[in-house]
Amino acid sequence: MQLESMYQEIILDHYRTPHNKGLREPYDAEVHHVNPTCGDEVTLRVRVIDGVVEDVSYDGSGCSISQASSSVMTDLVIGKPVTEAMETADEFLALMQSQGRGEPDEDVLEDAVAFAGVAKYPARVKCALLGWMAWKDATAQAVARAAEGS
Amino acid sequence: MTLDVARLRKDFPILSREVNGRPLVYLDSAASSQRPQAVLDAMNDYYEHHHANVHRGIYALAEEATALYEGARDTVAAFVNAYDRSEVVFTKNSTEALNLLARSVGDSGRIKPGDEIVVTEMEHHSNIVPWQMLAERTGATVRWIGITDEGRLDLSGLDDIVNERTRVVSFVHQSNILGTVNPVSQIVRRAREVGALVGLDCSQSVPHRAVDVQELGADFVAFTGHKMLGPTGIGVLWARRALLDELPPFLGGGEMIETVTKNGSTYAEAPHKFEAGTPNIAEAVGLAAAVRYLSDVGMDEVLAHEKELVSYALPALESVGGLRILGPRTAVSRGGAISFSLADLHPHDVGQVLDELGIAVRVGQHCAAVTCTRYGVPATTRASFYLYTTTEEIDALVAGLEHVKRFFRAA
Repeated sequence: MQLESMYQEIILDHYRTPHNKGLREPYDAEVHHVNPTCGDEVTLRVRVIDGVVEDVSYDGSGCSISQASSSVMTDLVIGKPVTEAMETADEFLALMQSQGRGEPDEDVLEDAVAFAGVAKYPARVKCALLGWMAWKDATAQAVARAAEGS
Repeated sequence: MTLDVARLRKDFPILSREVNGRPLVYLDSAASSQRPQAVLDAMNDYYEHHHANVHRGIYALAEEATALYEGARDTVAAFVNAYDRSEVVFTKNSTEALNLLARSVGDSGRIKPGDEIVVTEMEHHSNIVPWQMLAERTGATVRWIGITDEGRLDLSGLDDIVNERTRVVSFVHQSNILGTVNPVSQIVRRAREVGALVGLDCSQSVPHRAVDVQELGADFVAFTGHKMLGPTGIGVLWARRALLDELPPFLGGGEMIETVTKNGSTYAEAPHKFEAGTPNIAEAVGLAAAVRYLSDVGMDEVLAHEKELVSYALPALESVGGLRILGPRTAVSRGGAISFSLADLHPHDVGQVLDELGIAVRVGQHCAAVTCTRYGVPATTRASFYLYTTTEEIDALVAGLEHVKRFFRAA
């Protein structure tokens, strides 16, 4: 059944038990992103110290794909230098835009490779990207603020 | 009296296709209906034999195209019992019809700072945003008629919300998200008392029940072709001729003028004043064919069939554990669009698994974010019916929802 290619067990696990969910202090930037066609939304906070993603926390509601994707994203970016985390985000974006023809690099994307099947469903790609886009936005704001403050 | 649905379904080529190896179960007619062969044939015939631009040429094709286009206006005018054919303005869709009205009402100078425009919490965005834009342009305020927990309009404060400052009341006849059919006369009467314009979004009512604009008693009505077996790209604004005469044009260009000089232009009479540019001729022809098809079936038969479907579907859906219906839970004053939530599953996930089973439902906010917010839900799953829907398809939906729950191991 084709459906299992989208709803990989790893996605369902992150959906049922999301990582890093719940907003935390302290943070440098907070954003609120929505997906207007389906009503998915996420509020996300980022803490950046010395160019490293120190913490990411989030809250929101949405489908299993958007929730699981946010959960996987936090695992991937927390603790990474911002530049490296941004590269990971770009890699994930490329995978999502591949229309299902992408060959994900498991060393870079880890659990996020499970979303390769989602790229075959155009209507769901934006669900998978919601948390990532919020993180990129918040991180860019946090970095800009740090630059202003220095 | 009951419809021969099995025979009627044969008129709709798309209904015999498969999706993901299963027979298509199309439960999204509130978003867009499917088309019978007669509509496709009418449009093809127009292009194959009669096409030319309308209202211009003096050759045979141009006369035929004009006769077909204007004939479509007659057909639509009769279908909704307009006082006069000139009250039927063809637009792109309901959204354009309501934008036309809102823009022209604003340009007419009717709306001043401090004036009020009234809509309801169960409007489609197409009957919210044009009024918000008008309010922004004019300094008016948009006021809202609320909804009860049961999914009916809360008219207890009607006399306060619609008051002497109210200039326009625009509300939905049949809700696209809740299925509710609203009490028209009470609202129209109150609007009349305060001298406000009053209109209805009939996008979900004209396709499913006999709508008589004279009986509704409103000043304007909007509906769209593609939800009533017709093509996309054609909608209708019906408005009283006196109102159309008073309002300035919406778009300017060809077709809508009387004279054009370097110093200015004068405008054609309604409805042409509001139909700038080459219209969607084939789509009007297709819409007329759809109206003839519906008339042949009989709108009372369509309504009765859908009432049966709703009476069947409501308890069947509520037998699914964890399913909660948004909107009226009885078939009284209710159309065949049923929104629901299922356990704590997101509608996107519900719709995706149903699609795998060949079942097409709408998931999301249904362009009714205000209604979703009212009920505290981010989105819903919606199944909607039409004259070709069967109880077997409702059974398939119910079985599909149980499958969804198993797939996600929901409680």
